[in-house]
Amino acid sequence: MTAADRILLGHGSGGKLYRDLVRDVFVAAFANPVLDRLDDAASLATSGRIALTTDSHVVQPWRFAGGDIGLLAVAGTVNDLATAAARPLALAAAFIIEEGFFMDDLRAICASMARTAAEAGVAIVTGDTKVVERGAADGIFITTTGVGEIVVDHELGAQSVRDDDAVILSGSIGDHAMAVLAARDEFHFTTTVESDCAPLWGLAEAAIAAARDTAPAAAARDTAPASAAALRFLRDPTRGGLTTVLAELAESAALGVEIEERAIPVSAAVRSICDLLGYEPLSLANEGKMVFVVAPEKADAVVAALRAHPLGRHAARIGAITAAHPGRVALRTVLGTRRVLDMPVGELLPRIC
Amino acid sequence: MTSARIPALISELRRESRDGLVYMEVCGTHTMAISRAGLRQLLPAGIKLVSGPGCPVCVTSTADLDRVVALARRPEVTLTTFGDLVRVPASRTTLAAERAAGVDVRVVYSPLDAVNLAQAEPEREVVFAGIGFETTAPVVAAAVLEARARGVANFSVLSLHKTMPLPLRALLDLGETPISGFILPGHVSVVTGTACYEFLASEYAVGGVIAGFEPDDVLEALVMLVRQTAPAIEIGYRRAVRAEGNVVAQRLMATVFAPSDADWRGLGVIPGSGLALANQYRESAAEERFTIEIEEPVEPKGCACGEVLRGVLDPADCALFGSRCTPADPVGPCMVSSEGSCAARHRYRDVDGVV
Repeated sequence: MTAADRILLGHGSGGKLYRDLVRDVFVAAFANPVLDRLDDAASLATSGRIALTTDSHVVQPWRFAGGDIGLLAVAGTVNDLATAAARPLALAAAFIIEEGFFMDDLRAICASMARTAAEAGVAIVTGDTKVVERGAADGIFITTTGVGEIVVDHELGAQSVRDDDAVILSGSIGDHAMAVLAARDEFHFTTTVESDCAPLWGLAEAAIAAARDTAPAAAARDTAPASAAALRFLRDPTRGGLTTVLAELAESAALGVEIEERAIPVSAAVRSICDLLGYEPLSLANEGKMVFVVAPEKADAVVAALRAHPLGRHAARIGAITAAHPGRVALRTVLGTRRVLDMPVGELLPRIC
Repeated sequence: MTSARIPALISELRRESRDGLVYMEVCGTHTMAISRAGLRQLLPAGIKLVSGPGCPVCVTSTADLDRVVALARRPEVTLTTFGDLVRVPASRTTLAAERAAGVDVRVVYSPLDAVNLAQAEPEREVVFAGIGFETTAPVVAAAVLEARARGVANFSVLSLHKTMPLPLRALLDLGETPISGFILPGHVSVVTGTACYEFLASEYAVGGVIAGFEPDDVLEALVMLVRQTAPAIEIGYRRAVRAEGNVVAQRLMATVFAPSDADWRGLGVIPGSGLALANQYRESAAEERFTIEIEEPVEPKGCACGEVLRGVLDPADCALFGSRCTPADPVGPCMVSSEGSCAARHRYRDVDGVV
């Protein structure tokens, strides 16, 4: 092992080492005409409304079954844009790297980011790197910022949700949290669970298309009639899980939510780890799932469209919006009893995203 | 989930039960399982379920919590414990607040992790704050033996362990709550077996059934209790519990620990109901190694956890429940612990109120 294999403080200095790092690692991985110019700011052409979002990623360990911090950093921001029905246009990436981090690990992370960006159809067009002394950060932290073009004309969000709307979940929950937990090895268990981490724009686009009155999925991208208003709300259930998304929705919409425990997909492996360690699957983080609220008459079409997508095979209608108990989420258990779903309190699992 | 049996068990209960039956469960895992499944909604009106002193964190006295904090504050000490203890209010602070202020508190998932930590950081005095009943005590005993075998001298234990049967005698002696029978703890009984509960039936004429933790296990135990024609101690959780218990674990506990007096929240000091390190293991006792001085304990104002732990007060009837005392901003330990009866009832309440 030589010094050349590791990130040095000098790589953050702005001098030659920094230039080499940018050229040999970042530009090599993310190659695109805008980034290649190495300007301080990227210029982009857009029309219409844009969405802007940013997210920092500090997951420990940086590699886990089913993903790594690079995949997470790109997918997380693409998914946040998707919640605004925004097709990703461009990403910026800022790295904070601890002195001594392996160069090969950084290359692997960048390759993962590049792969995920390509999958999501978006380019990483600008970025920044800082190197801090050993101990001042834990390995690598990545902040990604994304700009997207909103493809619907109507307002999305809790305020658009109506009584009797359908609540749809794109697949099984808890996989990401349990995969990272296993990778941390604090509980000394092994599992076949893999993180669900994935960029979801394609999946969201399929749901947006299905919620429109007429347009077939393929044409949806370029024609955005106002009738897409059947789609009310999208949110990715990351930290705090499904529970937090639904509790926030109920509170913001001043409506109730009724959920069927039986309808919520949870893998047998996640369920048994939860039973063992006392976790509630509904409150666990996901990085490749989306919650949709749609007008009831469009629910079947949206579920069918999600199931036709590789990332939505286990999509299900899990409940409905109700005017009863505004501000609260009720769970109908498999036994037919009913209880409230509260937002989880305090630290559940540290640094899982 | 074995929910297929549930309708049959419910109709069985409806058919066999009568009015005025009060069954007490004395295990935090039962408390949570009952509330999480919403079992109270399914029971006939004549059956009332109450929680007893079965949550290890909750029954720990404020004075003992203060002693844990005092130990943690010593600069040479790394205090290790299970996560549940970290947020519980001691007299003037919590371990979480102390940790944020720079005190070295680390959550471990097994006492063996604390031994490993002590070995990895030989310059630190690693103290494990041991709470829990016969389920966790053998694991802590094993950790003490392991540390000794490995020559890890900087590991010690503050044992706040308690044993289950004696508080049940104390409760029955108080006679505050009419108890028709006990849902006895599954995990504890895996270790203890059944003999330690026989006095409930023979001396107090109160029966008990050792129950598992699935909803149908609990319902089955209730059916068995309702059907008892004479008070008896029975095992419902047959797939895990044997009458003689786990002899290896019992021997491990008897080797490393000796009975001691223990201070129970709500019940006070019960002679012989605690586990202190036995004479030949005293050097592993944190209280031998460090002088622990605490101020006069201050109980949380208005907190009725003591009454709740005796089954005298339903959590929902506490004046603070859900208003001044919530899981996000708890006043007493029963609202903090993941096994606390107030936490269970609040977290799994019905949308329209408490059930």
